[in-house]
Amino acid sequence: MHSSDFVRRIESPDGERRTGRSMHLDLPLLLILLALCAVGLFVLYSASGQNLFYVKRQALWMIVGFAIMITVAQFPVRFWDRWSFLLYTLGLLSLLAVLFFGVGAKGAQRWLDLGFTRVQPSEFMKVAVPMMISSYLAKQYSPPTLRPVLAVLFLIITPVIIVVRQPDLGTALLIFASGFYVIFLAGLRKRYLLGAALLALAAIPTLWVFVMRDYQKQRILTLLSPEDDKLGAGWNIIQSTTAIGSGGWNGKGWTLGTQSQLNFLPESHTDFIIAVLAEEFGLIGVLMLSGLYALLVGRCLLIAMHSQSQFGRLIAGSLSLTFMTYVFVNMSMVSGILPVVGVPLPLISYGGTAIVTLFLGFGVLMAISTEPKRIRTDL
Amino acid sequence: MINDATFSDPARERRIFAGRLLLSFSVIVVIFIAVTARYFHLQVTRHQDFATQSDNNRVHVRPAPASRGLIYDRNGILLADNRPTYNLTVVTERTNDIDRLIATIGSLIDISEDDIKSFKKRLRRRIPYEKTTLKFNLTEQERGILAVNGYLLAGVQVSARLTRFYPEGELFAHVIGYVGRINEQEIQRIDRAKYSGTDSIGKIGLESFYEAQLLGSVGTEQVETNARGRVMRILDNVDPVPGENLTIHIDSRLQRVAYKAFKGERGALVAIDVTTGGILAMISAPSYDPNLFVSGISQVEYSALLDSPAQPLFDRSIRGQYPPGSTIKPLFGLIGLASNSISMDYAIDDPGYFIMEGIERPWRDHNSKLGGHGKGVGLARAIIESCDVFFYKMSIKIGIDLLSKYSKKFGLGQVTGIDIHGEQPGIMPSRSWKKSARGESWFNGDTINVSIGQGFMLTTPLQLGVMMARIASKGKMVKPQLVKSSNGNPVIGSENTESIGIDAEHWAYIHQAMKAVVHSPRGTARRINRDLNYTIAGKTGTAQVISIKAEEEYDSSKIDKSQWDHALFVAFAPVENPQIAIGLIVENGEHGSSAAAPIARLVMDAYMKSKAGSHQSTESEVLH
Repeated sequence: MHSSDFVRRIESPDGERRTGRSMHLDLPLLLILLALCAVGLFVLYSASGQNLFYVKRQALWMIVGFAIMITVAQFPVRFWDRWSFLLYTLGLLSLLAVLFFGVGAKGAQRWLDLGFTRVQPSEFMKVAVPMMISSYLAKQYSPPTLRPVLAVLFLIITPVIIVVRQPDLGTALLIFASGFYVIFLAGLRKRYLLGAALLALAAIPTLWVFVMRDYQKQRILTLLSPEDDKLGAGWNIIQSTTAIGSGGWNGKGWTLGTQSQLNFLPESHTDFIIAVLAEEFGLIGVLMLSGLYALLVGRCLLIAMHSQSQFGRLIAGSLSLTFMTYVFVNMSMVSGILPVVGVPLPLISYGGTAIVTLFLGFGVLMAISTEPKRIRTDL
Repeated sequence: MINDATFSDPARERRIFAGRLLLSFSVIVVIFIAVTARYFHLQVTRHQDFATQSDNNRVHVRPAPASRGLIYDRNGILLADNRPTYNLTVVTERTNDIDRLIATIGSLIDISEDDIKSFKKRLRRRIPYEKTTLKFNLTEQERGILAVNGYLLAGVQVSARLTRFYPEGELFAHVIGYVGRINEQEIQRIDRAKYSGTDSIGKIGLESFYEAQLLGSVGTEQVETNARGRVMRILDNVDPVPGENLTIHIDSRLQRVAYKAFKGERGALVAIDVTTGGILAMISAPSYDPNLFVSGISQVEYSALLDSPAQPLFDRSIRGQYPPGSTIKPLFGLIGLASNSISMDYAIDDPGYFIMEGIERPWRDHNSKLGGHGKGVGLARAIIESCDVFFYKMSIKIGIDLLSKYSKKFGLGQVTGIDIHGEQPGIMPSRSWKKSARGESWFNGDTINVSIGQGFMLTTPLQLGVMMARIASKGKMVKPQLVKSSNGNPVIGSENTESIGIDAEHWAYIHQAMKAVVHSPRGTARRINRDLNYTIAGKTGTAQVISIKAEEEYDSSKIDKSQWDHALFVAFAPVENPQIAIGLIVENGEHGSSAAAPIARLVMDAYMKSKAGSHQSTESEVLH
């Protein structure tokens, strides 16, 4: 461990003191996040059937999330670089623990029961995997050669396989994506990209036959023709598209969405919450939320762009893209253009673990954004 | 520590990264546009479709049950009412563990094994998200307990509904019948749409016969429901049309007098309005409480009723078939006169028995011990003293063909067509009947048996009443009718003005003979003429339950009461202007004169008193 890990230079080397930097807070990021959380609680109140219980719990998780984010932001980027391997190893071990001692619901085994609370290690891996790979690739030539690429693939595939076996295909794909974004941003050569794409194409039949469970296959078949199974698997998609479509331009008004308030919409406060927003606030509401997401990702990409270190760049870029993937996958599955894979809408959907993981990521982004400018000799 | 990064080129790294980030940004923009386009497509282009679909989702048409028509007696006393009752219902979809829920409810209020068993049976037949009743008729206290503990009971609802109630209980059980839950066979034959708001249907009696009128027509309620089918609000409704209110001819005071007059004896009584055929009282004793059947009778209670030797569920008035015994004599006498088989002067000598040529076994008179009724017994005396030998002889002269033909005009041997189901036709034997029923030819001996209302002959108390009404009205073929009016509009029974063509002097002869049965000192029903301030024409009857061998004596002290003779009585009053006719039987009552006639007197007294009362009141109304 390096002593400088715990010593923060409050002032930049040239002695200039910047507002907000003393606390290592990125003000634009913080404001956008606050706005999104406020929107989230507002919609959640309606989506949960005007149940303050959910709103209070979610608000509590958000406060915890902000605390975690600010704490994480106080550590220098180099600290996360150094400890990423340990975090990754810990994450992998807890994933293995889930495999043997995990608890679950609805046939999936995803949680570790710590007595006072349940944690979902696969969520944590969404941050740990890109961090580990960023740390590794930052120390390699850019663009990476074949050997590090294979090593990275191994690092990604190992947790992904475990998560697939839980089974939790949605999370596995996102973990894979978060790792892949790092290697992509690090400059993975186009021939590898092409090869990977072809390989993925070839893997689809194999996945269909050997890996995917019946319910996962059903979801994909349902996407193609939801009308075939109106009350079964098709119900979710029919009800959510009906909710979205009936919202129109302006929506039916807050807490007045008939689809969600009368319980036609399944999972209205978790995965399908965007349908509630679309029904009650219309396309205008959807565009405003998308606008906030765009601002957030814009800010994150800017942080990535201006990062001092390769590690910072890679992890910030990967986290931003992963975040955007969340948004797109969720909005697509609810509106019926992707199969229902169980990806929540970040910061809006109800759920504690997801919020904590997200803020952990934003904490790292803040740490990067508030990183003091390197002195020339470091280059 | 030497870092690999030491050898890397930061500028190149930065450049590659920037390139890739730009590429990613472009992809994000493209996907962003695609997703937005999808939402635009759903929310703007296809908005109308989805708005309609959303409405279809939430809006449902729900049946609004019509309240069942009420039934009143002729004086407006309520006989069948609808009262709110509270049932404990469960929507199983709203609970996770139904058995645990039942256990929880069981710890709060009393739930029997029977309740649970029939609940599980009902569960198998229900539609998803439909309320299923676990316990009927909650008490006020039980409702209170459930309301206080409502938070423990997800999926449990106390639902109010109108339930049939019969305030007069057993008094009208056989007439009005009862409603009960629709069973499997009934589901097959009913129009389910009409019954979508109710689970009750008329089972027997008027409730069954007038089911179509009483049911009413179900209304609809357009309601907004949630995905679980629970109603959130009512958007529009078409009011149900309540069933028709029926008023019956029966006077409940008369009915009560009649029922009480049986004093726990088994039997039946039918009193008919001579001019209209309207039923004034109709009793089958003993009776039962029809309210037991409304929400499903328990097995124990049902078994008790079924196994009771007194057979309270059996409607003797229309289903009980008894030999009419001597009550048939006035009719047969009338037939003798009408068919010119005998003249009014015809008389016989009665030694106490009758011997048919070629048959060893004599037919005895009921008072053969006393040596018969003596010489010169005419028709009137034969009716007044109930001389059997006269009828033996006369019947041979008339022959079974004429007896059978005329008797049918008086309603015997066929259903009378009263407005409740289940009536039995009795038997008015004939040659063709015996051929098809027994495969045997008719013998004169059969005619002799029939001549005193025995042998193959069977009648229901209702038929005796109808016979009496037609004799009383001098041949007007009235049809018995229970319901007088529906929603205030008179129900036209068979306005059958057809008359049985018989000479007036013959009618008068029979009326006078029957009057003498009650009013003359030798009449078999003389005991009921004490303090009588109007006139009654009657005829007693005794029907054998077991056959007594010719050489044996009937001695009631030697046989079980269940094998004692049935006591019968038929009558009408007043003789000068007949208004009420009665047919009645007391099972194992032994003698028509002692067991049956006094009941008729009580009913007639009550009827005449109420007539006089209503007459006075109409007069006073006119005066004011």
